[in-house]
Amino acid sequence: MKSRSGSLYSLPLTTWISLFFLVPMLIVFVYSFLARETGGGVRWEFDLSAYAEIFRQTASGSFIYLDIVGYTLIMAVSATLLTILIALPCAYYIARSKNNTLLLFLVIIPFWVNFMIRIYAWVAILGQSGILNESLLAMGVLKEPIQFLFNDYAVLVVLVYTNLPFAILPLFTTIEKFDFGLLEAARDLGASHNRSLWSVLLPNIRGGLVTAVLFTFIPIFGTFAVPDVMGNSNVFMLGQLITSKLKFTGDYPMACSLSVLILLLSAAGLVVYTVYNNRQEQQHQVVIAEDEL
Amino acid sequence: MTKPTLSRSIFWTTIAFLFLPLVVLMIFSFNDGRTMVWKGFSWRWYESLFTNQPRLWMAVSNTLIVAFTASTVATVIGTLGAIAINWYRFKAKTYVRAMSFLPLILPEIIIGVSLLIFFRMLGLELNLFTIILAHISFTIPFVLLMVMARLGEFDYSIIEAARDLGANENQTLTKVILPISVPGILAGFITAFTLSLEDFVVTFFVTGSGSDTLPIFIYNQIKRKLPPEINAFSVVLVGVTVLILFLARRSIKYFVQRS
Repeated sequence: MKSRSGSLYSLPLTTWISLFFLVPMLIVFVYSFLARETGGGVRWEFDLSAYAEIFRQTASGSFIYLDIVGYTLIMAVSATLLTILIALPCAYYIARSKNNTLLLFLVIIPFWVNFMIRIYAWVAILGQSGILNESLLAMGVLKEPIQFLFNDYAVLVVLVYTNLPFAILPLFTTIEKFDFGLLEAARDLGASHNRSLWSVLLPNIRGGLVTAVLFTFIPIFGTFAVPDVMGNSNVFMLGQLITSKLKFTGDYPMACSLSVLILLLSAAGLVVYTVYNNRQEQQHQVVIAEDEL
Repeated sequence: MTKPTLSRSIFWTTIAFLFLPLVVLMIFSFNDGRTMVWKGFSWRWYESLFTNQPRLWMAVSNTLIVAFTASTVATVIGTLGAIAINWYRFKAKTYVRAMSFLPLILPEIIIGVSLLIFFRMLGLELNLFTIILAHISFTIPFVLLMVMARLGEFDYSIIEAARDLGANENQTLTKVILPISVPGILAGFITAFTLSLEDFVVTFFVTGSGSDTLPIFIYNQIKRKLPPEINAFSVVLVGVTVLILFLARRSIKYFVQRS
Protein backbone atom coordinates (compact mmCIF):
# COMPACT_ATOMS: atom_id res chain seq x y z
CA MET A 1 0.00 0.00 0.00
CA LYS A 2 2.60 2.48 1.15
CA SER A 3 5.10 1.68 -1.54
CA ARG A 4 2.44 1.75 -4.24
CA SER A 5 1.45 5.38 -3.53
CA GLY A 6 5.15 6.20 -3.34
CA SER A 7 5.66 5.05 -6.92
CA LEU A 8 2.47 6.83 -7.92
CA TYR A 9 3.56 10.18 -6.44
CA SER A 10 7.04 9.87 -7.85
CA LEU A 11 5.91 8.72 -11.31
CA PRO A 12 5.52 12.21 -12.91
CA LEU A 13 8.89 13.30 -11.53
CA THR A 14 10.70 10.12 -12.58
CA THR A 15 9.19 10.29 -16.06
CA TRP A 16 9.89 13.97 -16.52
CA ILE A 17 13.53 13.98 -15.44
CA SER A 18 14.23 10.81 -17.41
CA LEU A 19 12.66 12.18 -20.58
CA PHE A 20 13.82 15.81 -20.40
CA PHE A 21 17.06 15.51 -18.53
CA LEU A 22 18.64 12.05 -18.65
CA VAL A 23 17.75 11.22 -22.27
CA PRO A 24 18.88 14.62 -23.67
CA MET A 25 22.16 14.33 -21.70
CA LEU A 26 22.74 10.84 -23.09
CA ILE A 27 22.07 12.12 -26.61
CA VAL A 28 24.66 14.87 -26.08
CA PHE A 29 27.11 12.25 -24.89
CA VAL A 30 26.45 9.92 -27.85
CA TYR A 31 26.48 12.77 -30.41
CA SER A 32 29.89 13.86 -29.17
CA PHE A 33 31.28 10.54 -30.50
CA LEU A 34 29.63 10.78 -33.92
CA ALA A 35 30.78 12.24 -37.21
CA ARG A 36 29.71 15.62 -38.44
CA GLU A 37 27.26 15.71 -41.32
CA THR A 38 28.03 18.35 -43.89
CA GLY A 39 25.26 20.91 -43.77
CA GLY A 40 24.54 20.30 -40.08
CA GLY A 41 23.60 17.38 -37.86
CA VAL A 42 25.35 14.05 -37.30
CA ARG A 43 26.23 10.94 -39.31
CA TRP A 44 25.82 7.71 -37.36
CA GLU A 45 29.38 6.43 -37.32
CA PHE A 46 31.84 6.36 -34.45
CA ASP A 47 34.22 9.28 -34.70
CA LEU A 48 36.54 10.87 -32.16
CA SER A 49 37.31 13.88 -34.28
CA ALA A 50 35.14 16.22 -32.19
CA TYR A 51 37.40 15.48 -29.22
CA ALA A 52 40.58 15.49 -31.30
CA GLU A 53 39.50 18.90 -32.58
CA ILE A 54 39.53 20.34 -29.04
CA PHE A 55 43.24 19.55 -28.78
CA ARG A 56 44.14 20.43 -32.36
CA GLN A 57 47.05 22.74 -32.92
CA THR A 58 47.45 25.05 -35.90
CA ALA A 59 50.60 25.12 -37.98
CA SER A 60 51.77 28.20 -36.07
CA GLY A 61 51.50 26.24 -32.82
CA SER A 62 48.44 27.88 -31.25
CA PHE A 63 45.45 25.90 -30.06
CA ILE A 64 42.10 26.95 -31.47
CA TYR A 65 39.78 25.51 -28.85
CA LEU A 66 42.09 25.01 -25.88
CA ASP A 67 42.97 28.71 -26.03
CA ILE A 68 39.29 29.57 -25.64
CA VAL A 69 38.99 27.07 -22.76
CA GLY A 70 42.07 28.61 -21.13
CA TYR A 71 40.76 32.12 -21.64
CA THR A 72 37.39 31.14 -20.12
CA LEU A 73 39.27 29.64 -17.17
CA ILE A 74 41.24 32.88 -16.64
CA MET A 75 38.06 34.95 -16.83
CA ALA A 76 36.26 32.58 -14.44
CA VAL A 77 39.12 32.66 -11.93
CA SER A 78 39.45 36.46 -12.09
CA ALA A 79 35.70 37.05 -11.81
CA THR A 80 35.41 34.59 -8.90
CA LEU A 81 38.37 36.14 -7.04
CA LEU A 82 37.00 39.66 -7.47
CA THR A 83 33.50 38.57 -6.47
CA ILE A 84 34.70 36.82 -3.29
CA LEU A 85 37.02 39.71 -2.36
CA ILE A 86 34.04 42.09 -2.51
CA ALA A 87 31.44 39.69 -1.13
CA LEU A 88 33.43 38.66 1.95
CA PRO A 89 33.61 42.06 3.68
CA CYS A 90 30.02 42.78 2.61
CA ALA A 91 28.71 39.55 4.13
CA TYR A 92 30.79 40.22 7.25
CA TYR A 93 29.34 43.70 7.59
CA ILE A 94 25.75 42.45 7.10
CA ALA A 95 26.26 39.64 9.64
CA ARG A 96 27.61 42.05 12.26
CA SER A 97 24.90 44.66 11.69
CA LYS A 98 21.71 44.81 13.73
CA ASN A 99 19.64 45.53 10.61
CA ASN A 100 20.76 42.51 8.64
CA THR A 101 17.34 41.85 7.06
CA LEU A 102 17.26 45.38 5.67
CA LEU A 103 20.84 45.20 4.40
CA LEU A 104 20.22 41.84 2.72
CA PHE A 105 17.17 43.40 1.12
CA LEU A 106 19.36 46.16 -0.31
CA VAL A 107 21.60 43.53 -1.89
CA ILE A 108 18.64 41.74 -3.49
CA ILE A 109 16.52 44.69 -4.75
CA PRO A 110 18.63 45.43 -7.88
CA PHE A 111 17.97 41.86 -8.97
CA TRP A 112 14.28 42.49 -9.34
CA VAL A 113 15.06 44.14 -12.64
CA ASN A 114 15.28 41.61 -15.43
CA PHE A 115 18.79 40.14 -15.98
CA MET A 116 18.89 41.36 -19.57
CA ILE A 117 17.80 44.89 -18.65
CA ARG A 118 20.60 45.02 -16.07
CA ILE A 119 23.11 44.10 -18.75
CA TYR A 120 21.63 46.73 -21.04
CA ALA A 121 21.98 49.33 -18.26
CA TRP A 122 25.72 48.65 -18.25
CA VAL A 123 25.81 49.22 -22.00
CA ALA A 124 24.06 52.54 -21.37
CA ILE A 125 26.67 53.44 -18.75
CA LEU A 126 29.87 52.30 -20.47
CA GLY A 127 28.99 52.76 -24.14
CA GLN A 128 30.60 55.24 -26.51
CA SER A 129 27.70 57.65 -26.04
CA GLY A 130 27.05 56.34 -22.52
CA ILE A 131 26.85 58.23 -19.26
CA LEU A 132 30.48 57.73 -18.28
CA ASN A 133 31.74 59.16 -21.56
CA GLU A 134 29.24 62.03 -21.58
CA SER A 135 30.17 63.02 -18.01
CA LEU A 136 33.90 62.81 -18.65
CA LEU A 137 33.47 64.88 -21.82
CA ALA A 138 31.37 67.46 -19.99
CA MET A 139 33.97 67.72 -17.22
CA GLY A 140 36.67 68.20 -19.81
CA VAL A 141 38.61 65.10 -18.73
CA LEU A 142 38.23 63.61 -22.18
CA LYS A 143 38.32 65.33 -25.53
CA GLU A 144 36.94 62.37 -27.43
CA PRO A 145 34.76 59.51 -26.20
CA ILE A 146 36.51 56.22 -25.33
CA GLN A 147 34.97 52.82 -25.98
CA PHE A 148 34.73 51.25 -22.52
CA LEU A 149 32.69 48.36 -23.86
CA PHE A 150 33.75 45.33 -25.86
CA ASN A 151 36.80 44.31 -23.82
CA ASP A 152 37.74 41.91 -21.00
CA TYR A 153 37.25 44.52 -18.31
CA ALA A 154 33.67 45.34 -19.29
CA VAL A 155 32.87 41.61 -19.28
CA LEU A 156 34.53 41.18 -15.86
CA VAL A 157 32.65 44.11 -14.33
CA VAL A 158 29.29 42.69 -15.39
CA LEU A 159 30.20 39.10 -14.43
CA VAL A 160 31.08 40.33 -10.94
CA TYR A 161 27.93 42.45 -10.90
CA THR A 162 25.60 39.56 -11.76
CA ASN A 163 27.31 37.09 -9.39
CA LEU A 164 27.72 39.22 -6.26
CA PRO A 165 24.45 38.34 -4.50
CA PHE A 166 25.03 34.61 -5.12
CA ALA A 167 28.32 34.93 -3.26
CA ILE A 168 27.12 37.31 -0.54
CA LEU A 169 24.14 35.15 0.50
CA PRO A 170 25.96 31.86 1.33
CA LEU A 171 28.81 33.80 2.96
CA PHE A 172 26.34 35.74 5.09
CA THR A 173 24.62 32.52 6.24
CA THR A 174 27.87 30.98 7.48
CA ILE A 175 29.30 34.18 9.00
CA GLU A 176 26.04 34.73 10.84
CA LYS A 177 26.42 31.34 12.55
CA PHE A 178 30.01 32.16 13.54
CA ASP A 179 30.56 32.81 17.23
CA PHE A 180 32.14 36.27 17.32
CA GLY A 181 33.24 35.64 20.90
CA LEU A 182 36.05 33.57 19.36
CA LEU A 183 37.44 36.73 17.72
CA GLU A 184 37.52 38.51 21.04
CA ALA A 185 39.19 35.47 22.61
CA ALA A 186 41.86 35.60 19.91
CA ARG A 187 42.39 39.32 20.53
CA ASP A 188 42.63 38.71 24.28
CA LEU A 189 45.32 36.15 23.57
CA GLY A 190 47.26 38.87 21.78
CA ALA A 191 46.34 38.37 18.10
CA SER A 192 46.03 41.54 16.04
CA HIS A 193 42.65 42.43 14.50
CA ASN A 194 43.71 41.20 11.06
CA ARG A 195 45.42 38.13 12.44
CA SER A 196 42.27 37.12 14.32
CA LEU A 197 40.16 37.51 11.17
CA TRP A 198 42.64 35.54 9.09
CA SER A 199 43.30 32.63 11.45
CA VAL A 200 40.03 32.41 13.36
CA LEU A 201 37.18 33.70 11.19
CA LEU A 202 38.33 32.48 7.78
CA PRO A 203 38.90 28.78 8.69
CA ASN A 204 35.48 28.70 10.36
CA ILE A 205 33.56 29.94 7.34
CA ARG A 206 35.28 27.74 4.75
CA GLY A 207 32.03 25.93 3.99
CA GLY A 208 30.32 29.17 2.93
CA LEU A 209 33.41 30.18 0.96
CA VAL A 210 33.41 26.94 -1.03
CA THR A 211 29.69 27.33 -1.82
CA ALA A 212 30.19 30.95 -2.88
CA VAL A 213 33.14 30.01 -5.10
CA LEU A 214 31.22 27.18 -6.79
CA PHE A 215 28.13 29.36 -7.33
CA THR A 216 30.22 31.95 -9.17
CA PHE A 217 32.83 29.76 -10.82
CA ILE A 218 30.75 26.99 -12.44
CA PRO A 219 28.10 29.18 -14.15
CA ILE A 220 30.80 31.33 -15.79
CA PHE A 221 31.86 28.27 -17.80
CA GLY A 222 28.54 28.28 -19.59
CA THR A 223 27.94 32.00 -19.61
CA PHE A 224 26.87 33.38 -22.95
CA ALA A 225 24.88 36.60 -22.67
CA VAL A 226 27.40 38.67 -20.70
CA PRO A 227 30.48 38.15 -22.90
CA ASP A 228 28.30 38.33 -26.02
CA VAL A 229 26.77 41.73 -25.17
CA MET A 230 29.61 43.34 -23.20
CA GLY A 231 32.44 41.90 -25.27
CA ASN A 232 30.80 41.83 -28.69
CA SER A 233 33.21 39.93 -30.95
CA ASN A 234 36.31 40.89 -28.96
CA VAL A 235 35.65 38.49 -26.12
CA PHE A 236 35.03 34.86 -26.95
CA MET A 237 34.31 32.41 -24.17
CA LEU A 238 33.34 28.75 -24.04
CA GLY A 239 29.60 29.47 -23.83
CA GLN A 240 29.74 31.55 -27.01
CA LEU A 241 31.77 28.86 -28.78
CA ILE A 242 29.18 26.17 -28.02
CA THR A 243 26.34 28.47 -29.03
CA SER A 244 27.93 29.33 -32.36
CA LYS A 245 28.68 25.66 -33.12
CA LEU A 246 25.14 24.58 -32.32
CA LYS A 247 22.96 27.45 -33.47
CA PHE A 248 24.90 28.87 -36.37
CA THR A 249 27.22 26.28 -37.94
CA GLY A 250 25.15 23.22 -37.01
CA ASP A 251 28.29 21.35 -35.88
CA TYR A 252 26.52 19.08 -33.39
CA PRO A 253 29.42 16.77 -32.46
CA MET A 254 31.64 19.74 -31.66
CA ALA A 255 28.97 21.48 -29.55
CA CYS A 256 28.41 18.16 -27.75
CA SER A 257 32.07 17.38 -27.06
CA LEU A 258 32.53 20.88 -25.62
CA SER A 259 29.40 20.40 -23.50
CA VAL A 260 30.83 17.12 -22.19
CA LEU A 261 34.01 19.04 -21.32
CA ILE A 262 32.01 21.60 -19.30
CA LEU A 263 30.09 18.75 -17.69
CA LEU A 264 33.33 17.08 -16.58
CA LEU A 265 34.74 20.36 -15.25
CA SER A 266 31.63 21.06 -13.17
CA ALA A 267 31.49 17.44 -12.00
CA ALA A 268 35.10 17.82 -10.81
CA GLY A 269 34.11 20.96 -8.91
CA LEU A 270 31.22 19.11 -7.33
CA VAL A 271 33.38 16.17 -6.26
CA VAL A 272 35.83 18.55 -4.58
CA TYR A 273 32.88 20.17 -2.83
CA THR A 274 31.32 16.92 -1.53
CA VAL A 275 34.65 15.45 -0.45
CA TYR A 276 35.44 18.69 1.31
CA ASN A 277 32.04 18.87 3.02
CA ASN A 278 32.29 15.28 4.21
CA ARG A 279 35.72 15.94 5.67
CA GLN A 280 34.39 19.04 7.43
CA GLU A 281 31.54 17.00 8.90
CA GLN A 282 33.87 14.24 10.04
CA GLN A 283 36.22 16.76 11.66
CA HIS A 284 33.22 18.33 13.31
CA GLN A 285 32.13 14.95 14.66
CA VAL A 286 35.64 14.29 15.99
CA VAL A 287 35.51 17.61 17.84
CA ILE A 288 32.12 16.73 19.32
CA ALA A 289 33.35 13.27 20.32
CA GLU A 290 36.37 14.81 22.04
CA ASP A 291 34.13 17.25 23.85
CA GLU A 292 32.06 14.39 25.15
CA LEU A 293 35.16 12.60 26.46
CA MET B 1 35.23 46.35 20.14
CA THR B 2 36.48 48.03 17.01
CA LYS B 3 33.90 49.26 14.54
CA PRO B 4 34.13 47.43 11.21
CA THR B 5 34.92 50.61 9.26
CA LEU B 6 36.66 48.95 6.31
CA SER B 7 33.89 46.40 5.76
CA ARG B 8 31.33 49.18 6.15
CA SER B 9 32.82 51.32 3.41
CA ILE B 10 33.21 48.29 1.13
CA PHE B 11 29.58 47.34 1.77
CA TRP B 12 28.15 50.77 0.94
CA THR B 13 30.37 51.11 -2.12
CA THR B 14 29.09 47.72 -3.29
CA ILE B 15 25.48 48.79 -2.73
CA ALA B 16 26.19 51.91 -4.80
CA PHE B 17 27.68 49.67 -7.51
CA LEU B 18 24.61 47.38 -7.44
CA PHE B 19 22.19 50.29 -7.60
CA LEU B 20 24.05 52.33 -10.22
CA PRO B 21 22.36 50.70 -13.25
CA LEU B 22 18.90 51.11 -11.65
CA VAL B 23 19.44 54.77 -10.88
CA VAL B 24 20.71 55.40 -14.39
CA LEU B 25 17.68 53.70 -15.94
CA MET B 26 15.35 55.61 -13.68
CA ILE B 27 16.84 59.03 -14.37
CA PHE B 28 16.98 58.55 -18.11
CA SER B 29 13.45 57.19 -18.32
CA PHE B 30 12.44 60.85 -17.79
CA ASN B 31 14.90 62.23 -20.33
CA ASP B 32 13.42 64.22 -23.20
CA GLY B 33 16.10 62.95 -25.61
CA ARG B 34 16.81 59.62 -27.24
CA THR B 35 20.40 59.39 -26.05
CA MET B 36 22.21 59.43 -22.74
CA VAL B 37 22.54 63.22 -22.86
CA TRP B 38 20.12 65.02 -20.54
CA LYS B 39 17.63 67.09 -22.55
CA GLY B 40 15.12 67.98 -19.85
CA PHE B 41 12.31 66.27 -17.99
CA SER B 42 9.55 64.49 -19.89
CA TRP B 43 6.98 61.71 -19.58
CA ARG B 44 7.09 60.95 -23.31
CA TRP B 45 8.74 57.50 -23.06
CA TYR B 46 6.14 56.38 -20.55
CA GLU B 47 3.36 57.43 -22.93
CA SER B 48 4.99 55.83 -25.92
CA LEU B 49 5.77 52.66 -23.90
CA PHE B 50 2.04 51.97 -23.65
CA THR B 51 1.17 53.04 -27.20
CA ASN B 52 4.13 52.37 -29.50
CA GLN B 53 5.70 49.11 -28.35
CA PRO B 54 3.37 46.26 -29.35
CA ARG B 55 6.29 43.80 -29.76
CA LEU B 56 7.55 44.54 -26.26
CA TRP B 57 4.13 43.82 -24.78
CA MET B 58 3.83 40.71 -26.92
CA ALA B 59 7.10 39.53 -25.35
CA VAL B 60 5.79 40.39 -21.88
CA SER B 61 2.65 38.36 -22.52
CA ASN B 62 4.70 35.40 -23.85
CA THR B 63 6.91 35.57 -20.76
CA LEU B 64 3.92 35.52 -18.44
CA ILE B 65 2.25 32.62 -20.30
CA VAL B 66 5.45 30.58 -20.13
CA ALA B 67 6.18 31.44 -16.50
CA PHE B 68 2.67 30.71 -15.33
CA THR B 69 2.23 27.40 -17.17
CA ALA B 70 5.74 26.13 -16.49
CA SER B 71 5.78 26.97 -12.79
CA THR B 72 2.32 25.47 -12.26
CA VAL B 73 3.27 22.15 -13.86
CA ALA B 74 6.68 22.15 -12.15
CA THR B 75 5.01 22.79 -8.80
CA VAL B 76 2.61 19.84 -9.20
CA ILE B 77 5.34 17.43 -10.34
CA GLY B 78 7.87 18.70 -7.81
CA THR B 79 5.46 18.60 -4.86
CA LEU B 80 4.32 15.02 -5.52
CA GLY B 81 7.95 14.01 -6.06
CA ALA B 82 9.06 15.65 -2.82
CA ILE B 83 6.33 13.82 -0.88
CA ALA B 84 7.40 10.51 -2.43
CA ILE B 85 11.11 11.08 -1.77
CA ASN B 86 10.59 12.26 1.79
CA TRP B 87 7.99 9.83 3.07
CA TYR B 88 7.64 6.83 0.82
CA ARG B 89 9.75 4.01 -0.40
CA PHE B 90 9.89 3.35 -4.12
CA LYS B 91 12.20 1.57 -6.50
CA ALA B 92 14.02 4.34 -8.33
CA LYS B 93 14.52 6.60 -5.29
CA THR B 94 18.31 6.89 -5.39
CA TYR B 95 18.22 7.50 -9.14
CA VAL B 96 15.49 10.16 -8.84
CA ARG B 97 17.23 11.95 -6.00
CA ALA B 98 20.58 12.15 -7.76
CA MET B 99 19.08 13.01 -11.15
CA SER B 100 16.76 15.74 -9.87
CA PHE B 101 19.44 17.74 -8.16
CA LEU B 102 22.04 17.52 -10.90
CA PRO B 103 20.51 20.38 -12.97
CA LEU B 104 20.92 22.71 -9.98
CA ILE B 105 24.69 22.66 -10.24
CA LEU B 106 25.24 22.27 -13.98
CA PRO B 107 25.80 25.41 -16.03
CA GLU B 108 22.49 26.32 -17.67
CA ILE B 109 23.95 26.13 -21.14
CA ILE B 110 24.18 22.32 -20.84
CA ILE B 111 20.42 22.13 -20.30
CA GLY B 112 19.83 24.43 -23.26
CA VAL B 113 22.15 22.48 -25.58
CA SER B 114 20.78 19.07 -24.63
CA LEU B 115 17.13 20.10 -24.90
CA LEU B 116 17.62 21.82 -28.26
CA ILE B 117 19.28 18.71 -29.69
CA PHE B 118 16.56 16.52 -28.18
CA PHE B 119 13.73 18.65 -29.57
CA ARG B 120 15.32 18.76 -33.02
CA MET B 121 15.77 14.99 -32.92
CA LEU B 122 12.08 14.57 -32.14
CA GLY B 123 11.30 16.96 -34.98
CA LEU B 124 9.44 19.37 -32.67
CA GLU B 125 8.87 22.84 -33.99
CA LEU B 126 10.51 25.40 -31.68
CA ASN B 127 7.88 27.70 -30.18
CA LEU B 128 6.28 28.65 -26.85
CA PHE B 129 5.49 24.98 -26.22
CA THR B 130 9.16 23.90 -26.34
CA ILE B 131 10.06 26.88 -24.14
CA ILE B 132 7.46 25.75 -21.60
CA LEU B 133 8.79 22.16 -21.64
CA ALA B 134 12.31 23.46 -21.04
CA HIS B 135 11.26 25.80 -18.25
CA ILE B 136 9.35 23.02 -16.47
CA SER B 137 12.52 20.90 -16.64
CA PHE B 138 14.90 23.39 -15.09
CA THR B 139 12.48 24.69 -12.42
CA ILE B 140 11.39 21.27 -11.05
CA PRO B 141 14.59 20.85 -8.93
CA PHE B 142 13.92 24.17 -7.17
CA VAL B 143 10.32 23.21 -6.29
CA LEU B 144 11.57 19.84 -5.10
CA LEU B 145 14.18 21.52 -2.89
CA MET B 146 11.68 23.95 -1.31
CA VAL B 147 8.95 21.38 -0.63
CA MET B 148 11.45 18.83 0.73
CA ALA B 149 12.85 21.46 3.08
CA ARG B 150 9.34 22.10 4.40
CA LEU B 151 8.46 18.40 4.77
CA GLY B 152 11.77 17.86 6.57
CA GLU B 153 10.40 19.96 9.45
CA PHE B 154 7.78 17.29 10.18
CA ASP B 155 7.99 13.78 11.48
CA TYR B 156 6.68 10.73 9.65
CA SER B 157 4.61 9.98 12.76
CA ILE B 158 1.99 12.53 11.68
CA ILE B 159 1.18 10.29 8.72
CA GLU B 160 1.05 7.23 10.95
CA ALA B 161 -1.24 9.16 13.27
CA ALA B 162 -3.56 10.01 10.36
CA ARG B 163 -3.61 6.33 9.35
CA ASP B 164 -4.26 5.17 12.89
CA LEU B 165 -7.21 7.52 13.02
CA GLY B 166 -8.61 5.82 9.96
CA ALA B 167 -7.62 8.15 7.12
CA ASN B 168 -7.20 6.45 3.76
CA GLU B 169 -4.46 7.21 1.23
CA ASN B 170 -6.35 10.09 -0.40
CA GLN B 171 -7.42 11.67 2.86
CA THR B 172 -3.86 11.49 4.20
CA LEU B 173 -2.65 13.34 1.13
CA THR B 174 -5.33 16.03 0.96
CA LYS B 175 -6.03 16.54 4.66
CA VAL B 176 -2.56 16.10 6.18
CA ILE B 177 0.36 16.18 3.78
CA LEU B 178 -0.74 18.93 1.39
CA PRO B 179 -1.90 21.42 4.05
CA ILE B 180 1.38 21.23 5.97
CA SER B 181 3.39 21.60 2.73
CA VAL B 182 1.65 24.82 1.65
CA PRO B 183 4.47 27.22 2.64
CA GLY B 184 6.99 25.02 0.80
CA ILE B 185 4.73 24.70 -2.24
CA LEU B 186 4.24 28.49 -2.37
CA ALA B 187 7.96 29.14 -2.01
CA GLY B 188 8.63 26.60 -4.76
CA PHE B 189 6.04 28.13 -7.08
CA ILE B 190 7.36 31.67 -6.58
CA THR B 191 10.96 30.57 -7.12
CA ALA B 192 10.00 28.65 -10.28
CA PHE B 193 7.98 31.62 -11.54
CA THR B 194 10.83 34.10 -10.98
CA LEU B 195 13.44 31.82 -12.54
CA SER B 196 11.23 31.36 -15.58
CA LEU B 197 10.71 35.14 -15.95
CA GLU B 198 14.45 35.72 -15.73
CA ASP B 199 15.71 32.91 -17.91
CA PHE B 200 17.76 33.83 -20.94
CA VAL B 201 20.20 31.00 -21.69
CA VAL B 202 17.87 27.99 -21.88
CA THR B 203 15.18 30.01 -23.67
CA PHE B 204 17.72 31.31 -26.17
CA PHE B 205 18.37 27.74 -27.29
CA VAL B 206 14.82 26.41 -27.50
CA THR B 207 13.04 29.52 -28.83
CA GLY B 208 11.69 29.72 -32.35
CA SER B 209 10.78 32.72 -34.46
CA GLY B 210 7.83 34.71 -33.18
CA SER B 211 7.97 33.27 -29.68
CA ASP B 212 10.29 35.84 -28.08
CA THR B 213 10.14 36.12 -24.32
CA LEU B 214 11.15 39.40 -22.70
CA PRO B 215 14.86 38.57 -22.12
CA ILE B 216 15.18 37.34 -25.73
CA PHE B 217 13.39 40.42 -27.08
CA ILE B 218 15.70 42.76 -25.14
CA TYR B 219 18.77 40.77 -26.21
CA ASN B 220 17.81 41.08 -29.87
CA GLN B 221 17.20 44.81 -29.40
CA ILE B 222 20.54 45.46 -27.64
CA LYS B 223 22.26 43.96 -30.67
CA ARG B 224 20.67 46.72 -32.75
CA LYS B 225 19.65 49.81 -30.83
CA LEU B 226 17.36 49.63 -27.82
CA PRO B 227 14.32 51.89 -27.92
CA PRO B 228 14.38 54.52 -25.11
CA GLU B 229 11.08 53.09 -23.85
CA ILE B 230 13.11 50.28 -22.22
CA ASN B 231 14.22 52.70 -19.47
CA ALA B 232 10.61 53.54 -18.66
CA PHE B 233 9.71 49.87 -18.87
CA SER B 234 12.36 48.88 -16.27
CA VAL B 235 11.01 51.48 -13.87
CA VAL B 236 7.46 50.15 -14.35
CA LEU B 237 8.80 46.61 -13.81
CA VAL B 238 10.48 47.47 -10.49
CA GLY B 239 7.34 49.33 -9.42
CA VAL B 240 5.12 46.34 -10.18
CA THR B 241 7.51 43.95 -8.34
CA VAL B 242 7.52 46.17 -5.25
CA LEU B 243 3.73 46.41 -5.38
CA ILE B 244 3.28 42.62 -5.70
CA LEU B 245 5.70 41.96 -2.82
CA PHE B 246 3.93 44.54 -0.68
CA LEU B 247 0.50 43.01 -1.41
CA ALA B 248 1.86 39.50 -0.79
CA ARG B 249 3.19 40.58 2.61
CA ARG B 250 -0.09 42.22 3.52
CA SER B 251 -2.17 39.20 2.52
CA ILE B 252 0.15 36.80 4.41
CA LYS B 253 -0.21 38.99 7.52
CA TYR B 254 -3.98 39.03 7.00
CA PHE B 255 -4.16 35.24 6.80
CA VAL B 256 -1.88 34.77 9.80
CA GLN B 257 -4.03 37.10 11.89
CA ARG B 258 -7.25 35.36 10.82
CA SER B 259 -5.99 31.92 11.69
